[in-house]
Amino acid sequence: MSIEEQTKKSAELLDSHTAEMIKWHFSPETGSSFWLDWAKEQDWNPLEEVSTFSDLCQKFPNFQDEWLRDLPNEVWVPQAYKGKPFNIFETGGTTGMPKQRIGWDDFRIDYTAFSETLNDEHFPRDHYWMMVGPTGPRRLRLAIEHLANERGCSCYFVDLDPRWVKRLIASKQFDQARAYMDHAVDQALTILKHRSVSALFTTPKLLEALAERKDLIRSGIKGVFCGGTTMDKQYARFLVEEVCEGGKIGFVPTYGNTLMGLARHHPIGPDNDYSIAYYAPQPRAVLRVIDPESNEPVEYDTWGRVELTTMTKEFFMPRFLERDEALRRKPWSEAPWDGVAEVRPFGAMEKNIVEGVY
Amino acid sequence: MSVPHIPCLRFGEAYRSFNESEVNDYRDGSPKATLSQVNAGIIRRDLVQIGKAREALARFSTRELVDISAKAGDLFLNEDLPLGEGSMQSAQDYLETLSSTSGLPHVMVKRNMDKIHYALTHVELILNGLTRGINFDILDQGHGEQAGAPVCFYPTTDALGLVMPSNSPAVNSLWLPSIALKIPIIMKPGREEPWTPFRLIQAFIAAGCPKEAFGFYPTDHEGAGDILRLCDRALIFGDKSTTDLYAGDPGVQVHGPGFSKILIGDDEIENWPDYIDVMASSISDNGGRSCVNASAVIVPKYSKEIADALGKRLGPLKPLPVDDPEAVLSGFANPKMGEWIDAALDSDFEGSGASDATAPYRDGTRLVKAEGGTYLRPTIAHCESMEHPLSNREFLCPYASVVEVPQEDMLRAIGPTLVVTAITQDEGFKKQLLRASNVERLNIGPLSTMKISWDQPHEGNMFEFLYKRRSIGVAA
Repeated sequence: MSIEEQTKKSAELLDSHTAEMIKWHFSPETGSSFWLDWAKEQDWNPLEEVSTFSDLCQKFPNFQDEWLRDLPNEVWVPQAYKGKPFNIFETGGTTGMPKQRIGWDDFRIDYTAFSETLNDEHFPRDHYWMMVGPTGPRRLRLAIEHLANERGCSCYFVDLDPRWVKRLIASKQFDQARAYMDHAVDQALTILKHRSVSALFTTPKLLEALAERKDLIRSGIKGVFCGGTTMDKQYARFLVEEVCEGGKIGFVPTYGNTLMGLARHHPIGPDNDYSIAYYAPQPRAVLRVIDPESNEPVEYDTWGRVELTTMTKEFFMPRFLERDEALRRKPWSEAPWDGVAEVRPFGAMEKNIVEGVY
Repeated sequence: MSVPHIPCLRFGEAYRSFNESEVNDYRDGSPKATLSQVNAGIIRRDLVQIGKAREALARFSTRELVDISAKAGDLFLNEDLPLGEGSMQSAQDYLETLSSTSGLPHVMVKRNMDKIHYALTHVELILNGLTRGINFDILDQGHGEQAGAPVCFYPTTDALGLVMPSNSPAVNSLWLPSIALKIPIIMKPGREEPWTPFRLIQAFIAAGCPKEAFGFYPTDHEGAGDILRLCDRALIFGDKSTTDLYAGDPGVQVHGPGFSKILIGDDEIENWPDYIDVMASSISDNGGRSCVNASAVIVPKYSKEIADALGKRLGPLKPLPVDDPEAVLSGFANPKMGEWIDAALDSDFEGSGASDATAPYRDGTRLVKAEGGTYLRPTIAHCESMEHPLSNREFLCPYASVVEVPQEDMLRAIGPTLVVTAITQDEGFKKQLLRASNVERLNIGPLSTMKISWDQPHEGNMFEFLYKRRSIGVAA
């Protein structure tokens, strides 16, 4: 099947999934009180006017993430899940009341699907993983453990609280930030010294720090699954060519957050100048690169704002404008829909942003 | 002509980054080169292997490296040398390009080239001054006997870290002895001045120096911080805030503002008109951009008259074409810097206690757009006391204050000073000057503050920075 045909087919699947999710979230028998109440305040009816993803993009305004901070969690419980205890996951590394997303099985579904994208050579089955990075109230902690389990592996954890790191950096306590990072790296090195680990999930900076102090190949690491911060082309190349020694360690960059799930990456290398393009787990989540003024996708290979729509039975979040900008990339045979590349904080070229330090 | 690309150098090997910055013409902003910008992790990883750079230099004797330095000096001054990927740069190209991005007139670039050439061709003289005559064989072996006493030296670092400025090419002369002292360099060049260090490195390599000795890493703030943190010895150039940040760190030698001054004693003050030439050149040579430029003239009396005479001499100076041999002012590579200095001066003149002695002789404003660039014309501030904020300031242009201070209070009033030119024959005052702990270099008599001696370090001793002496015993 040609890529055009694949793209058309995935678009049709997305449309049918959109219609199904609209029906679920805006029907009194299954929807959450938030969306049912929201719909009552509108002068249009989602059930009648949204049957495709394009309809959704035209009709729904941007999702306000403050709702996830200001409203009680119960309002997000779909009727179908009523009475069933939920996980509460928090987003980001900011101070103050965090934004929260509730969930039941979404993270398992997302990460089981993601497991299919990992190869056994670099992420061997029936072995051990280690996660070094933000755990705490994040969805990621359970998700990584589930992903390891899915592959027959168990996982060690070393925590790093990004909220504290951001506070240290913001108050220019660079020595303290470095000491805290060293503290996390020390713990990870201790695990590597005493236990057998073949796969790592960590952030790029922590990966660098680990590799500066330990030969990761000789330590038995075969694959690194890396996410959390900006990776421009130069940085991705550095991580692949030098830190992962030109492919001896499999390097899998990811783009994801509590609100989306996990986007997979298009293979990177000299052929594409290490430009990392991510593809959302469509149709459960959709990434668009748009001009926020026109609400239209920008041209391929040009910069725009990243917009996320999440549509699962547990959670509906239409058109959330991420704080990131990216290049729009063409569909790919493994993910025949638009990708987002070289993701960086929105406005990164104009101002310094406390990001990418951990 | 296509714009050349200047790569990063990792152990002397070119590395082209996906991230690039531009080095632009100070007049129209057109790009003169692109510059590879590398992430800090690259520097950290290379530093793990820095031992191989040390080993490469250790295969040479000091004598051989001194000779290589001299040859590099000639190549730097005269020959075509590689610039980036596949292109070559003649000495004239270097002069013109550096002028076009730094704003320095050709005549000043040439003077800087000559200074660097002198330093490279006189490394033996410089080492002799730095080591106080230690025999090269002792440096090679690490120990020996000097003046009848056993001596032993060990290196304090595997690499000299350098965070370079963009304002004046000749500052590169500070690190040149490091190569003959067998210490590799890890450098972050100034964002607007990669030309001089890159050409110097190429000259060294062409002269036979092992390329592994050179790390040239255009990088960001994190990279600069890592160079300073991870090289056990490093030099940084910056303003007072930088100086304060690293004060007390024995591994970081900070080259900040010089606050250099001319002092005239009671015995010579009546002859002040004889010294206007030396004052004017101390203030304005090299476009007033050096830390050894005088930024204050301290006198026991006649401050108004002296300020007026300097105003009359320097006030009329205006920008000239870059290739005019009479050009004395430099354009600003970053026009905002010129605008900021102009606004700072205006603000400080607004209050009482200081007046602009150049203003009556300057037809027009201090900040001018001329010759396609942004320039600041000279400023002489007459200050009523050392309490005035303009009395002890340094700007990136010909600037000096003139202040009356009784001779007996001068040394206390001037504060930390890089170069003092003291015009006096009074033996008592000379003794006080020789005892002063706040003066790095002392010129006695009417010598320009710009005059420095290559065989006497005026701002930190590179040998003592890179090597320490220890006691040694060797069984017979």
